[in-house]
Amino acid sequence: MSLSRNQVKHVAKLANLPLTPQEEEKYSEQLSKILDYIDQLNSVDTSGVEPTFNVSGQENMMSEDKLGDCTISQEDTLSNTPKEERGFFVTKGVFEG
Amino acid sequence: MTYEPVIGLEVHVELSTKSKMFCRCSADYFGKEPNTHTCPVCLGLPGALPYINEQAIDDCIKIGLALNCTISEKSLFERKNYFYPDLPKGYQISQYRWPLCVGGKITLDSGEIIRINRAHQEEDTGKLTHKGKDTLIDFNRSGVPLVEIVTEPDFTDVEQIRDYAKKLQQLFRYLGVSNADMERGDMRLEANVSVRPEGQKELPSYRVELKNINSFRFMVAAVEYEIKRQTEALEKGEKLSQETRGWDEDKRQTYLQRSKEEAHDYRYFPEPDLPELILDQKKIEQIKKSLPELPWDKSNRYKELNIRVEDAVRVAESIELSQFFDDALKHGKKHGVKPQDIANYIVNKKPDIEKVLPTQIIEDIKDKKVGVIDNNEQLEVLAKQAIEENKKSAEDFKAGKENAIQALIGGVMRLSSGKADAGKVKEILTKLLLEIKN
Repeated sequence: MSLSRNQVKHVAKLANLPLTPQEEEKYSEQLSKILDYIDQLNSVDTSGVEPTFNVSGQENMMSEDKLGDCTISQEDTLSNTPKEERGFFVTKGVFEG
Repeated sequence: MTYEPVIGLEVHVELSTKSKMFCRCSADYFGKEPNTHTCPVCLGLPGALPYINEQAIDDCIKIGLALNCTISEKSLFERKNYFYPDLPKGYQISQYRWPLCVGGKITLDSGEIIRINRAHQEEDTGKLTHKGKDTLIDFNRSGVPLVEIVTEPDFTDVEQIRDYAKKLQQLFRYLGVSNADMERGDMRLEANVSVRPEGQKELPSYRVELKNINSFRFMVAAVEYEIKRQTEALEKGEKLSQETRGWDEDKRQTYLQRSKEEAHDYRYFPEPDLPELILDQKKIEQIKKSLPELPWDKSNRYKELNIRVEDAVRVAESIELSQFFDDALKHGKKHGVKPQDIANYIVNKKPDIEKVLPTQIIEDIKDKKVGVIDNNEQLEVLAKQAIEENKKSAEDFKAGKENAIQALIGGVMRLSSGKADAGKVKEILTKLLLEIKN
Protein backbone atom coordinates (compact mmCIF):
# COMPACT_ATOMS: atom_id res chain seq x y z
CA MET A 1 0.00 0.00 0.00
CA SER A 2 1.61 3.24 -1.04
CA LEU A 3 1.13 6.66 0.42
CA SER A 4 1.38 9.48 -2.13
CA ARG A 5 3.44 12.65 -1.64
CA ASN A 6 0.19 14.60 -1.37
CA GLN A 7 -1.12 12.36 1.40
CA VAL A 8 2.13 12.83 3.29
CA LYS A 9 1.86 16.59 2.85
CA HIS A 10 -1.73 16.49 4.13
CA VAL A 11 -0.84 14.46 7.23
CA ALA A 12 2.13 16.75 7.93
CA LYS A 13 -0.11 19.79 7.65
CA LEU A 14 -2.64 18.32 10.09
CA ALA A 15 0.18 17.71 12.58
CA ASN A 16 1.61 21.16 11.89
CA LEU A 17 4.98 19.66 10.84
CA PRO A 18 7.03 21.58 8.29
CA LEU A 19 8.59 19.10 5.81
CA THR A 20 11.17 19.74 3.10
CA PRO A 21 10.52 18.15 -0.33
CA GLN A 22 13.28 15.61 0.47
CA GLU A 23 11.57 14.69 3.71
CA GLU A 24 8.22 14.31 1.96
CA GLU A 25 9.83 11.83 -0.42
CA LYS A 26 11.60 10.00 2.39
CA TYR A 27 8.54 9.76 4.63
CA SER A 28 6.25 8.71 1.82
CA GLU A 29 8.56 5.71 1.30
CA GLN A 30 8.90 4.94 5.01
CA LEU A 31 5.20 5.35 5.82
CA SER A 32 4.26 3.18 2.83
CA LYS A 33 6.46 0.42 4.21
CA ILE A 34 4.84 0.71 7.63
CA LEU A 35 1.41 0.44 6.01
CA ASP A 36 2.56 -2.61 4.06
CA TYR A 37 3.63 -4.21 7.30
CA ILE A 38 0.31 -3.46 9.00
CA ASP A 39 -1.46 -4.59 5.83
CA GLN A 40 -0.46 -8.17 6.57
CA LEU A 41 -3.26 -8.14 9.14
CA ASN A 42 -5.74 -7.87 6.30
CA SER A 43 -4.94 -11.43 5.28
CA VAL A 44 -6.77 -12.68 8.38
CA ASP A 45 -10.45 -13.47 7.84
CA THR A 46 -12.32 -11.32 10.38
CA SER A 47 -15.81 -11.60 8.91
CA GLY A 48 -18.27 -12.07 11.74
CA VAL A 49 -15.84 -10.80 14.37
CA GLU A 50 -16.90 -7.77 16.42
CA PRO A 51 -14.28 -5.01 16.42
CA THR A 52 -12.40 -4.69 19.72
CA PHE A 53 -11.50 -1.21 20.88
CA ASN A 54 -10.27 -2.04 24.31
CA VAL A 55 -8.41 -5.15 25.37
CA SER A 56 -8.73 -4.78 29.14
CA GLY A 57 -12.25 -6.21 29.12
CA GLN A 58 -13.23 -3.57 31.65
CA GLU A 59 -16.29 -1.35 31.49
CA ASN A 60 -17.76 1.59 33.40
CA MET A 61 -14.50 2.52 35.10
CA MET A 62 -15.57 5.76 36.72
CA SER A 63 -14.50 7.95 39.58
CA GLU A 64 -16.59 9.79 42.14
CA ASP A 65 -16.76 13.56 41.53
CA LYS A 66 -14.43 14.89 44.21
CA LEU A 67 -11.15 16.77 44.21
CA GLY A 68 -8.09 14.54 44.14
CA ASP A 69 -4.43 15.11 44.79
CA CYS A 70 -3.36 15.07 41.13
CA THR A 71 -3.12 18.87 40.80
CA ILE A 72 0.43 20.24 40.56
CA SER A 73 1.75 23.74 41.27
CA GLN A 74 1.83 26.54 38.73
CA GLU A 75 5.62 26.45 38.92
CA ASP A 76 5.70 22.74 38.03
CA THR A 77 3.06 23.22 35.34
CA LEU A 78 5.20 25.84 33.63
CA SER A 79 8.56 24.19 34.31
CA ASN A 80 9.06 22.81 30.77
CA THR A 81 7.90 25.80 28.78
CA PRO A 82 10.51 27.89 26.93
CA LYS A 83 8.39 31.02 27.42
CA GLU A 84 5.94 32.10 30.10
CA GLU A 85 4.33 35.33 31.20
CA ARG A 86 2.44 36.03 34.45
CA GLY A 87 1.56 32.35 34.87
CA PHE A 88 0.54 31.78 31.26
CA PHE A 89 2.25 29.62 28.65
CA VAL A 90 3.29 31.82 25.74
CA THR A 91 3.15 30.60 22.17
CA LYS A 92 3.35 32.15 18.72
CA GLY A 93 0.19 34.06 17.88
CA VAL A 94 -2.31 31.63 16.37
CA PHE A 95 -3.62 34.28 14.01
CA GLU A 96 -0.16 34.80 12.50
CA GLY A 97 -0.51 31.56 10.49
CA MET B 1 -38.60 33.15 -5.92
CA THR B 2 -38.75 33.33 -2.16
CA TYR B 3 -36.16 31.63 0.01
CA GLU B 4 -36.35 30.14 3.47
CA PRO B 5 -33.54 29.66 5.98
CA VAL B 6 -32.49 26.20 7.18
CA ILE B 7 -30.68 26.40 10.50
CA GLY B 8 -29.24 23.82 12.87
CA LEU B 9 -27.70 24.61 16.26
CA GLU B 10 -24.91 23.18 18.34
CA VAL B 11 -24.93 24.12 22.01
CA HIS B 12 -21.97 23.48 24.29
CA VAL B 13 -22.61 23.57 28.01
CA GLU B 14 -20.01 23.30 30.74
CA LEU B 15 -21.10 21.12 33.63
CA SER B 16 -20.71 22.48 37.14
CA THR B 17 -19.06 19.37 38.58
CA LYS B 18 -16.49 19.72 41.32
CA SER B 19 -13.71 18.00 39.38
CA LYS B 20 -12.78 17.78 35.72
CA MET B 21 -13.97 15.20 33.17
CA PHE B 22 -10.93 12.91 33.18
CA CYS B 23 -8.86 13.98 36.21
CA ARG B 24 -9.66 15.20 39.71
CA CYS B 25 -8.38 18.76 39.32
CA SER B 26 -10.91 21.43 40.32
CA ALA B 27 -13.27 22.35 37.48
CA ASP B 28 -14.00 25.71 39.12
CA TYR B 29 -11.63 27.66 36.89
CA PHE B 30 -13.38 31.00 36.31
CA GLY B 31 -11.27 33.97 37.41
CA LYS B 32 -8.61 31.77 39.02
CA GLU B 33 -4.83 32.26 38.79
CA PRO B 34 -3.78 30.73 35.41
CA ASN B 35 -2.41 27.18 35.29
CA THR B 36 -3.10 26.35 38.93
CA HIS B 37 -5.89 23.79 38.32
CA THR B 38 -3.73 21.53 36.21
CA CYS B 39 -2.18 18.07 36.37
CA PRO B 40 -0.43 15.65 33.99
CA VAL B 41 -3.80 14.47 32.59
CA CYS B 42 -5.28 17.86 31.65
CA LEU B 43 -1.87 19.16 30.54
CA GLY B 44 -1.53 16.21 28.16
CA LEU B 45 1.78 15.04 29.61
CA PRO B 46 3.07 11.73 28.25
CA GLY B 47 1.86 8.63 30.09
CA ALA B 48 -0.97 10.31 31.98
CA LEU B 49 -4.23 8.34 31.93
CA PRO B 50 -7.81 9.69 31.93
CA TYR B 51 -10.41 8.54 34.47
CA ILE B 52 -14.12 9.26 33.77
CA ASN B 53 -16.07 11.50 36.15
CA GLU B 54 -19.31 9.63 36.93
CA GLN B 55 -21.24 12.76 37.89
CA ALA B 56 -20.59 14.25 34.44
CA ILE B 57 -21.97 11.11 32.78
CA ASP B 58 -25.06 11.26 35.03
CA ASP B 59 -25.54 14.95 34.17
CA CYS B 60 -25.28 14.24 30.44
CA ILE B 61 -27.89 11.48 30.81
CA LYS B 62 -30.17 13.91 32.70
CA ILE B 63 -29.93 16.39 29.84
CA GLY B 64 -30.60 13.62 27.31
CA LEU B 65 -33.64 12.33 29.20
CA ALA B 66 -35.08 15.84 29.61
CA LEU B 67 -34.76 16.29 25.84
CA ASN B 68 -36.57 13.00 25.17
CA CYS B 69 -33.42 11.31 23.87
CA THR B 70 -32.76 7.59 23.88
CA ILE B 71 -29.87 6.78 26.21
CA SER B 72 -27.40 4.47 24.49
CA GLU B 73 -26.82 1.17 26.20
CA LYS B 74 -23.26 1.19 24.93
CA SER B 75 -21.32 4.40 24.66
CA LEU B 76 -17.69 5.07 23.74
CA PHE B 77 -15.27 7.96 23.81
CA GLU B 78 -13.16 8.79 20.77
CA ARG B 79 -10.18 10.98 20.03
CA LYS B 80 -10.86 13.99 17.84
CA ASN B 81 -7.45 14.90 16.46
CA TYR B 82 -6.44 18.43 15.57
CA PHE B 83 -3.50 20.67 16.17
CA TYR B 84 -4.13 23.87 18.10
CA PRO B 85 -2.44 25.40 21.18
CA ASP B 86 -5.58 25.16 23.35
CA LEU B 87 -5.41 21.37 23.10
CA PRO B 88 -2.31 20.03 24.84
CA LYS B 89 -2.83 16.36 23.96
CA GLY B 90 -3.23 17.05 20.24
CA TYR B 91 -6.73 15.56 20.48
CA GLN B 92 -9.92 16.23 22.35
CA ILE B 93 -11.64 13.29 24.03
CA SER B 94 -15.15 13.45 22.63
CA GLN B 95 -17.85 11.14 21.32
CA TYR B 96 -18.59 10.48 17.67
CA ARG B 97 -20.02 7.15 16.59
CA TRP B 98 -21.37 6.04 19.97
CA PRO B 99 -22.79 9.16 21.68
CA LEU B 100 -24.46 8.87 25.08
CA CYS B 101 -27.84 10.31 24.04
CA VAL B 102 -29.49 10.19 20.62
CA GLY B 103 -32.68 11.27 18.85
CA GLY B 104 -34.69 13.62 21.10
CA LYS B 105 -36.96 16.60 20.67
CA ILE B 106 -38.04 19.83 22.34
CA THR B 107 -41.23 21.84 21.79
CA LEU B 108 -40.95 25.62 21.44
CA ASP B 109 -43.50 28.13 22.81
CA SER B 110 -44.88 28.42 19.28
CA GLY B 111 -45.69 24.70 19.34
CA GLU B 112 -43.02 23.97 16.73
CA ILE B 113 -40.86 20.93 17.40
CA ILE B 114 -37.08 20.97 17.16
CA ARG B 115 -35.55 17.54 16.77
CA ILE B 116 -32.41 16.76 18.74
CA ASN B 117 -29.86 14.69 16.86
CA ARG B 118 -27.64 13.88 19.84
CA ALA B 119 -26.25 14.99 23.19
CA HIS B 120 -22.75 13.77 23.90
CA GLN B 121 -20.04 14.11 26.51
CA GLU B 122 -16.66 15.71 25.86
CA GLU B 123 -14.03 17.91 27.51
CA ASP B 124 -13.36 21.63 27.24
CA THR B 125 -10.10 23.05 25.87
CA GLY B 126 -7.65 25.50 27.43
CA LYS B 127 -8.31 29.22 27.21
CA LEU B 128 -6.32 31.34 24.76
CA THR B 129 -5.75 35.07 25.11
CA HIS B 130 -4.31 36.85 22.11
CA LYS B 131 -1.82 39.56 22.92
CA GLY B 132 -0.02 41.26 20.07
CA LYS B 133 2.08 38.66 18.27
CA ASP B 134 1.78 36.19 21.15
CA THR B 135 -0.91 33.86 22.37
CA LEU B 136 -1.19 33.21 26.12
CA ILE B 137 -2.49 29.83 27.30
CA ASP B 138 -4.25 28.94 30.54
CA PHE B 139 -5.06 25.25 30.98
CA ASN B 140 -7.34 25.63 34.02
CA ARG B 141 -10.32 25.10 31.70
CA SER B 142 -8.69 22.18 29.90
CA GLY B 143 -10.66 19.02 30.66
CA VAL B 144 -13.71 20.67 32.25
CA PRO B 145 -16.76 18.48 31.39
CA LEU B 146 -18.67 19.73 28.39
CA VAL B 147 -21.91 18.42 26.89
CA GLU B 148 -22.65 19.12 23.23
CA ILE B 149 -26.25 19.15 22.06
CA VAL B 150 -26.82 19.04 18.31
CA THR B 151 -30.19 19.72 16.66
CA GLU B 152 -31.48 18.70 13.26
CA PRO B 153 -31.70 21.63 10.80
CA ASP B 154 -35.20 22.52 11.99
CA PHE B 155 -34.94 26.26 12.70
CA THR B 156 -36.30 28.72 10.18
CA ASP B 157 -35.92 32.05 12.01
CA VAL B 158 -34.06 33.75 14.86
CA GLU B 159 -37.11 33.86 17.14
CA GLN B 160 -37.02 30.07 17.32
CA ILE B 161 -33.29 30.21 18.08
CA ARG B 162 -33.92 32.67 20.93
CA ASP B 163 -36.64 30.50 22.40
CA TYR B 164 -34.58 27.30 22.06
CA ALA B 165 -31.50 28.84 23.71
CA LYS B 166 -33.64 30.25 26.52
CA LYS B 167 -35.30 26.89 27.07
CA LEU B 168 -32.01 25.00 27.17
CA GLN B 169 -30.53 27.51 29.60
CA GLN B 170 -33.57 27.18 31.83
CA LEU B 171 -33.38 23.39 31.58
CA PHE B 172 -29.69 23.27 32.60
CA ARG B 173 -30.49 25.40 35.65
CA TYR B 174 -33.55 23.32 36.56
CA LEU B 175 -31.47 20.15 36.34
CA GLY B 176 -28.72 21.83 38.37
CA VAL B 177 -26.09 20.65 35.89
CA SER B 178 -24.71 24.07 34.90
CA ASN B 179 -25.03 27.78 35.65
CA ALA B 180 -25.39 28.14 31.87
CA ASP B 181 -24.18 31.73 32.03
CA MET B 182 -23.52 32.80 28.44
CA GLU B 183 -21.44 35.84 29.39
CA ARG B 184 -19.03 33.62 31.31
CA GLY B 185 -18.93 31.09 28.51
CA ASP B 186 -20.69 28.30 30.45
CA MET B 187 -23.02 27.97 27.48
CA ARG B 188 -21.93 28.57 23.88
CA LEU B 189 -23.79 28.48 20.59
CA GLU B 190 -22.79 27.57 17.07
CA ALA B 191 -25.14 27.76 14.11
CA ASN B 192 -25.19 26.10 10.69
CA VAL B 193 -27.04 28.38 8.32
CA SER B 194 -28.14 27.94 4.73
CA VAL B 195 -31.15 29.02 2.65
CA ARG B 196 -33.23 27.14 0.07
CA PRO B 197 -36.13 27.97 -2.25
CA GLU B 198 -39.38 27.86 -0.30
CA GLY B 199 -41.11 24.51 -0.65
CA GLN B 200 -37.90 22.62 -1.44
CA LYS B 201 -37.65 19.50 0.68
CA GLU B 202 -33.97 18.61 0.25
CA LEU B 203 -31.30 20.34 2.28
CA PRO B 204 -29.11 22.86 0.44
CA SER B 205 -25.83 21.54 -0.96
CA TYR B 206 -23.77 23.86 1.25
CA ARG B 207 -23.90 25.21 4.78
CA VAL B 208 -22.21 28.08 6.54
CA GLU B 209 -20.93 27.40 10.03
CA LEU B 210 -21.02 30.37 12.41
CA LYS B 211 -18.41 29.76 15.09
CA ASN B 212 -16.39 31.39 17.83
CA ILE B 213 -19.07 33.97 18.50
CA ASN B 214 -18.97 34.55 22.23
CA SER B 215 -22.17 36.47 22.80
CA PHE B 216 -25.74 35.40 22.23
CA ARG B 217 -26.67 38.83 20.85
CA PHE B 218 -23.86 38.66 18.28
CA MET B 219 -24.88 35.13 17.29
CA VAL B 220 -28.42 36.31 16.56
CA ALA B 221 -27.04 39.26 14.57
CA ALA B 222 -24.71 36.93 12.64
CA VAL B 223 -27.55 34.52 11.77
CA GLU B 224 -29.73 37.42 10.58
CA TYR B 225 -26.87 38.78 8.51
CA GLU B 226 -26.18 35.37 6.95
CA ILE B 227 -29.82 34.80 5.99
CA LYS B 228 -29.78 38.15 4.20
CA ARG B 229 -26.36 37.67 2.60
CA GLN B 230 -27.15 34.17 1.34
CA THR B 231 -30.61 35.08 0.07
CA GLU B 232 -29.20 38.01 -1.88
CA ALA B 233 -26.42 35.86 -3.32
CA LEU B 234 -28.89 33.21 -4.49
CA GLU B 235 -31.17 35.88 -5.97
CA LYS B 236 -28.21 37.10 -7.99
CA GLY B 237 -27.62 33.54 -9.15
CA GLU B 238 -24.36 33.17 -7.22
CA LYS B 239 -23.25 29.82 -5.89
CA LEU B 240 -22.64 29.54 -2.15
CA SER B 241 -20.07 27.25 -0.62
CA GLN B 242 -19.34 25.36 2.55
CA GLU B 243 -17.35 27.58 4.91
CA THR B 244 -16.85 28.76 8.49
CA ARG B 245 -17.54 32.39 9.28
CA GLY B 246 -17.11 34.63 12.31
CA TRP B 247 -18.76 37.90 13.36
CA ASP B 248 -17.18 41.34 13.12
CA GLU B 249 -19.13 43.52 15.54
CA ASP B 250 -17.52 46.78 14.34
CA LYS B 251 -18.49 46.21 10.73
CA ARG B 252 -21.71 44.40 11.76
CA GLN B 253 -21.05 41.63 9.24
CA THR B 254 -19.77 38.06 9.07
CA TYR B 255 -16.36 37.27 7.63
CA LEU B 256 -14.73 34.17 6.18
CA GLN B 257 -12.66 32.16 8.67
CA ARG B 258 -12.09 28.92 6.84
CA SER B 259 -13.16 27.60 3.46
CA LYS B 260 -14.06 24.02 2.57
CA GLU B 261 -10.58 23.34 1.19
CA GLU B 262 -9.10 24.00 4.61
CA ALA B 263 -11.74 21.94 6.40
CA HIS B 264 -10.61 19.93 9.38
CA ASP B 265 -9.88 16.25 9.09
CA TYR B 266 -10.36 14.97 12.62
CA ARG B 267 -9.39 11.29 12.13
CA TYR B 268 -11.65 10.11 14.95
CA PHE B 269 -10.80 6.79 16.53
CA PRO B 270 -11.92 5.08 19.78
CA GLU B 271 -10.02 6.29 22.85
CA PRO B 272 -7.94 3.25 23.85
CA ASP B 273 -7.35 4.59 27.38
CA LEU B 274 -11.04 4.55 28.34
CA PRO B 275 -13.10 1.37 28.71
CA GLU B 276 -16.58 1.52 27.19
CA LEU B 277 -19.67 2.59 29.11
CA ILE B 278 -22.43 0.01 29.42
CA LEU B 279 -25.52 1.56 30.92
CA ASP B 280 -28.11 -0.70 32.42
CA GLN B 281 -31.78 0.20 32.31
CA LYS B 282 -31.96 0.34 36.10
CA LYS B 283 -29.46 3.18 36.34
CA ILE B 284 -31.23 5.11 33.59
CA GLU B 285 -34.58 4.63 35.37
CA GLN B 286 -33.03 5.86 38.61
CA ILE B 287 -31.76 9.03 36.95
CA LYS B 288 -35.13 9.51 35.25
CA LYS B 289 -36.86 9.36 38.63
CA SER B 290 -34.46 11.94 40.06
CA LEU B 291 -35.37 14.56 37.44
CA PRO B 292 -37.37 17.53 38.71
CA GLU B 293 -40.64 18.47 37.03
CA LEU B 294 -39.42 20.26 33.87
CA PRO B 295 -40.20 23.95 33.23
CA TRP B 296 -42.50 23.28 30.25
CA ASP B 297 -44.40 20.61 32.19
CA LYS B 298 -44.82 23.07 35.03
CA SER B 299 -46.16 25.86 32.85
CA ASN B 300 -48.50 23.41 31.12
CA ARG B 301 -49.84 22.35 34.50
CA TYR B 302 -50.36 26.00 35.46
CA LYS B 303 -52.16 26.69 32.20
CA GLU B 304 -54.60 23.93 33.11
CA LEU B 305 -55.40 25.92 36.27
CA ASN B 306 -56.63 28.68 33.95
CA ILE B 307 -53.55 30.80 34.45
CA ARG B 308 -52.71 33.08 31.54
CA VAL B 309 -49.99 31.61 29.29
CA GLU B 310 -47.44 34.38 29.85
CA ASP B 311 -47.95 34.26 33.63
CA ALA B 312 -47.66 30.45 33.64
CA VAL B 313 -44.31 30.78 31.88
CA ARG B 314 -43.18 33.55 34.23
CA VAL B 315 -43.83 31.68 37.48
CA ALA B 316 -42.08 28.60 36.06
CA GLU B 317 -39.00 30.66 35.16
CA SER B 318 -36.79 29.18 37.86
CA ILE B 319 -37.19 26.04 39.89
CA GLU B 320 -37.11 28.09 43.11
CA LEU B 321 -39.87 30.46 42.01
CA SER B 322 -42.06 27.63 40.76
CA GLN B 323 -41.57 25.75 44.04
CA PHE B 324 -42.68 28.89 45.87
CA PHE B 325 -45.65 29.20 43.55
CA ASP B 326 -46.60 25.54 44.06
CA ASP B 327 -46.53 26.00 47.82
CA ALA B 328 -48.64 29.14 47.53
CA LEU B 329 -51.11 27.27 45.29
CA LYS B 330 -51.53 24.55 47.89
CA HIS B 331 -52.15 27.06 50.64
CA GLY B 332 -54.34 29.23 48.41
CA LYS B 333 -56.57 26.29 47.59
CA LYS B 334 -57.38 25.87 51.28
CA HIS B 335 -58.37 29.53 51.54
CA GLY B 336 -60.21 29.79 48.27
CA VAL B 337 -57.67 32.07 46.60
CA LYS B 338 -57.67 31.69 42.83
CA PRO B 339 -54.45 30.50 41.10
CA GLN B 340 -54.51 33.49 38.72
CA ASP B 341 -54.65 35.91 41.68
CA ILE B 342 -51.56 34.26 43.15
CA ALA B 343 -49.79 34.43 39.81
CA ASN B 344 -50.71 38.12 39.51
CA TYR B 345 -49.34 38.81 42.96
CA ILE B 346 -46.03 37.09 42.15
CA VAL B 347 -45.65 38.63 38.71
CA ASN B 348 -46.60 42.14 39.81
CA LYS B 349 -45.19 42.38 43.32
CA LYS B 350 -42.15 40.20 42.74
CA PRO B 351 -41.89 39.09 46.38
CA ASP B 352 -38.41 38.16 47.61
CA ILE B 353 -38.97 34.42 47.81
CA GLU B 354 -35.99 33.95 50.07
CA LYS B 355 -37.56 36.15 52.73
CA VAL B 356 -41.32 35.86 52.25
CA LEU B 357 -43.21 32.62 52.92
CA PRO B 358 -45.77 31.33 50.41
CA THR B 359 -48.36 31.33 53.21
CA GLN B 360 -47.68 35.01 53.85
CA ILE B 361 -48.61 36.08 50.34
CA ILE B 362 -51.86 34.13 50.55
CA GLU B 363 -52.67 35.98 53.78
CA ASP B 364 -51.73 39.20 52.04
CA ILE B 365 -54.01 38.50 49.08
CA LYS B 366 -56.85 37.46 51.39
CA ASP B 367 -56.58 40.15 54.06
CA LYS B 368 -55.86 43.19 51.99
CA LYS B 369 -57.99 41.88 49.17
CA VAL B 370 -55.34 43.14 46.84
CA GLY B 371 -57.44 43.08 43.76
CA VAL B 372 -55.55 43.48 40.56
CA ILE B 373 -56.29 46.62 38.63
CA ASP B 374 -57.04 45.48 35.12
CA ASN B 375 -59.58 48.12 34.20
CA ASN B 376 -58.32 49.81 31.02
CA GLU B 377 -59.49 53.32 31.86
CA GLN B 378 -57.99 53.25 35.33
CA LEU B 379 -54.74 51.90 33.94
CA GLU B 380 -54.60 54.52 31.21
CA VAL B 381 -54.80 57.31 33.79
CA LEU B 382 -51.94 55.74 35.73
CA ALA B 383 -49.91 55.16 32.56
CA LYS B 384 -50.28 58.79 31.48
CA GLN B 385 -49.14 59.92 34.91
CA ALA B 386 -46.11 57.59 34.77
CA ILE B 387 -45.11 58.97 31.36
CA GLU B 388 -45.56 62.54 32.64
CA GLU B 389 -43.26 61.78 35.58
CA ASN B 390 -40.59 60.05 33.48
CA LYS B 391 -40.33 61.85 30.17
CA LYS B 392 -36.75 60.67 29.66
CA SER B 393 -37.74 57.01 29.49
CA ALA B 394 -40.67 57.84 27.25
CA GLU B 395 -38.31 59.64 24.84
CA ASP B 396 -35.81 56.76 25.00
CA PHE B 397 -38.52 54.27 24.14
CA LYS B 398 -39.67 56.34 21.21
CA ALA B 399 -36.04 56.58 20.06
CA GLY B 400 -35.97 52.80 19.82
CA LYS B 401 -34.72 51.70 23.23
CA GLU B 402 -37.33 49.08 23.89
CA ASN B 403 -36.05 48.39 27.38
CA ALA B 404 -36.89 51.92 28.49
CA ILE B 405 -40.48 50.79 28.87
CA GLN B 406 -39.49 48.81 31.96
CA ALA B 407 -38.94 52.03 33.91
CA LEU B 408 -42.40 53.23 32.93
CA ILE B 409 -44.01 49.93 33.90
CA GLY B 410 -42.20 50.30 37.22
CA GLY B 411 -43.72 53.78 37.53
CA VAL B 412 -47.25 52.48 37.05
CA MET B 413 -46.64 49.69 39.52
CA ARG B 414 -45.48 52.24 42.10
CA LEU B 415 -48.45 54.52 41.46
CA SER B 416 -50.84 51.58 41.81
CA SER B 417 -49.04 50.19 44.88
CA GLY B 418 -48.23 47.10 42.86
CA LYS B 419 -51.81 46.32 41.99
CA ALA B 420 -51.72 47.02 38.27
CA ASP B 421 -51.74 44.09 35.85
CA ALA B 422 -48.19 44.26 34.45
CA GLY B 423 -49.07 42.60 31.15
CA LYS B 424 -51.86 45.07 30.44
CA VAL B 425 -49.75 48.01 31.63
CA LYS B 426 -47.13 47.22 29.02
CA GLU B 427 -49.77 47.02 26.30
CA ILE B 428 -51.33 50.32 27.29
CA LEU B 429 -48.00 52.11 27.66
CA THR B 430 -46.88 50.89 24.25
CA LYS B 431 -50.12 52.07 22.71
CA LEU B 432 -49.92 55.49 24.38
CA LEU B 433 -46.27 56.01 23.45
CA LEU B 434 -46.84 55.07 19.84
CA GLU B 435 -49.83 57.42 19.66
CA ILE B 436 -47.70 60.30 20.89
CA LYS B 437 -45.05 59.32 18.36
CA ASN B 438 -47.39 59.65 15.44
